[in-house]
Amino acid sequence: MPQTLYDKLMSAHVVREEANTALIYIDRQLIHEVTSPQAFEGLEMANRKPWRTQASIAVPDHNVPTTERSSGVSGIQDPISKLQIETLDKNCETFGINEIHMNDIRQGIVHVVGPEQGATLPGMSIVCGDSHTSTHGALGALAFGIGTSEVEHVLATGCLWQAKSKNLKIEVNGELNAHVSAKDVALYIIGQIGTAGGTGFAIEFAGTTIQNLSIEGRMTLCNMAIEAGARVGMVAVDDKTIEYVKGRPMAPTGDEWDQALSYWSTLHSDAGAHFDQVVSIDAQDIKSQVTWGTSPEMVIAVDGSTPDPTQESDSVKAEGIRNALDYIHLTANTPINTVTIDKVFIGSCTNSRIEDLRVAAAVAKGNHVADNIKLALVVPGSGLIKQQAESEGLDKIFTDAGFEWREAGCSMCLAMNADKLEPGERCASTSNRNFEGRQGQGSFTHLVSPAIAAASAIAGHFSEVK
Amino acid sequence: MQAFKTLTSIATPLDRANVDTDAIIPKQFLKSIKRSGFGPNLFDEWRYLDHGEVGMDNSKRPLNPDFVLNKDEYQGAQILLARENFGCGSSREHAPWALEDYGFRAIIAPSFADIFYNNCFKNGILPIVQSNDILDELFAFKGEITIDLESQNIHANDKNYTFEVDAERKRRLINGLDDIGLTLQYQDEIKSFEQKYFQKYTWLN
Repeated sequence: MPQTLYDKLMSAHVVREEANTALIYIDRQLIHEVTSPQAFEGLEMANRKPWRTQASIAVPDHNVPTTERSSGVSGIQDPISKLQIETLDKNCETFGINEIHMNDIRQGIVHVVGPEQGATLPGMSIVCGDSHTSTHGALGALAFGIGTSEVEHVLATGCLWQAKSKNLKIEVNGELNAHVSAKDVALYIIGQIGTAGGTGFAIEFAGTTIQNLSIEGRMTLCNMAIEAGARVGMVAVDDKTIEYVKGRPMAPTGDEWDQALSYWSTLHSDAGAHFDQVVSIDAQDIKSQVTWGTSPEMVIAVDGSTPDPTQESDSVKAEGIRNALDYIHLTANTPINTVTIDKVFIGSCTNSRIEDLRVAAAVAKGNHVADNIKLALVVPGSGLIKQQAESEGLDKIFTDAGFEWREAGCSMCLAMNADKLEPGERCASTSNRNFEGRQGQGSFTHLVSPAIAAASAIAGHFSEVK
Repeated sequence: MQAFKTLTSIATPLDRANVDTDAIIPKQFLKSIKRSGFGPNLFDEWRYLDHGEVGMDNSKRPLNPDFVLNKDEYQGAQILLARENFGCGSSREHAPWALEDYGFRAIIAPSFADIFYNNCFKNGILPIVQSNDILDELFAFKGEITIDLESQNIHANDKNYTFEVDAERKRRLINGLDDIGLTLQYQDEIKSFEQKYFQKYTWLN
């Protein structure tokens, strides 16, 4: 029987099957400092050991400062952030888990570091106590976010109980318009199917547009699957995937590489495989996107206007629009490109890879951020990306244009470190969530692509790439 | 984990859709390395008029009188009524920890986000899916609601509503069973799976 990619990945990992659930073997667990301390505490209290220490790899990212770090963890200003990173260091040492420390050049956002190090490979089952784990599905892996109890469960048993999701194929075909990127595709899809459109489904992104995306672009897309409600987002393995993985520090070599290749070449949905739902999108319909509200589905094209709740027939939705406009201090029918911004954030596990930085730098080059912009931050996804960007002179382009160039981490995506918005500040952000208070209490987040973030920084308001 | 058998309580009606886990427990409280003590910061940004940070004395902070959790009539409620896609966004288990620490043991909504739904069962909270129409009835009804997990029944306003729940999750919740201990019963199976698995996928070991 023809199988979907998701079905293949699931069945390869089933240890034990029960009525509506299966015990799934986990190849890789990624760990960061925020969702792991209670899991390690649980292990310790029950006197349990990790099932297979080499399955795990840890890196601090959520809390790390993006400014000067030469005095190490002990130099972190916020005592609570410091404690969390120290706790991760201590737990990894106690339990024998491989950790990339804060001042290691390889440190960065866990979802950037995993693929970069070859710690996440095609065909693997990958979990992390972070919903954006869906990112790794871009390599043809089964990857999803879990809660802390499940982090503890995977540490202790090497496995996880999983109910099987339904299969959703989102097919995007055709050539993308100028300056339209994977981020715009992701936001456009969420605008079409809603933030619960993928709930209960594993999404496979397919079609010529997806095939033409780089692996970085596919990661951006799969990263946002969770914003459509799907824990899993995937793209089939192809030559680009293999090319990306080859030579990574933790990728197989020699005979093992050849064996891996022959398996990886099967990691695609078979012709005629059954999908419970299929959504088809024409790439030509996708313009550069900007979110206007407090949910990723509240999104419009950069030349569009905010919606009018009086035109919405569904009363819960109309109330949602009113609440969001009220929170974000915008009125109905406002052209979004007239809205001025205070800060710009280029970074996060969605858009902090070298390709993202190149695109933003190309827009910034020879220009300067507008006078009304209080801060424009560029935060690379890892120390290695930072190094690569510097070798290409991108840091110089950004700083000449008035952007700040920082150390790697999650930074202002969720503002757990010092990088945050003040109440009432409006930000064009390449991150993934525009929830109330996400980037700082009482602040306003608008999600955009790196190109639009850079163009808006220069214009001082939301703007297309000129 | 605390077992869940039956629950009788009034319900707090939180009448908004897409309530995300950032709203349930804002990120500044994620810096704790403990599992408990999140209750006073549940819905922090809606619940208080000032900005909350870790280490504040929450009993001295100004409450938002318009927020439903602060209304006198809902004090002591152990059931939360919500709208579509409750618990969307971040996977943080601090969200169910905060709900549980505050005192909520059941949430009734038309739909839940997947990760949040899973996390509830790990923490002795029963998430129940009911249609929008039934939720409208429950929102309108202000009295006590009884939830019986064994019979999968909600009793409110002299009416009964049945609900669906996965049999295995129900068994674990009713008995307050520890997931890890249960899984480790199968450790021989896991070991023999591993052996075959790594023979086939040599590069993964």
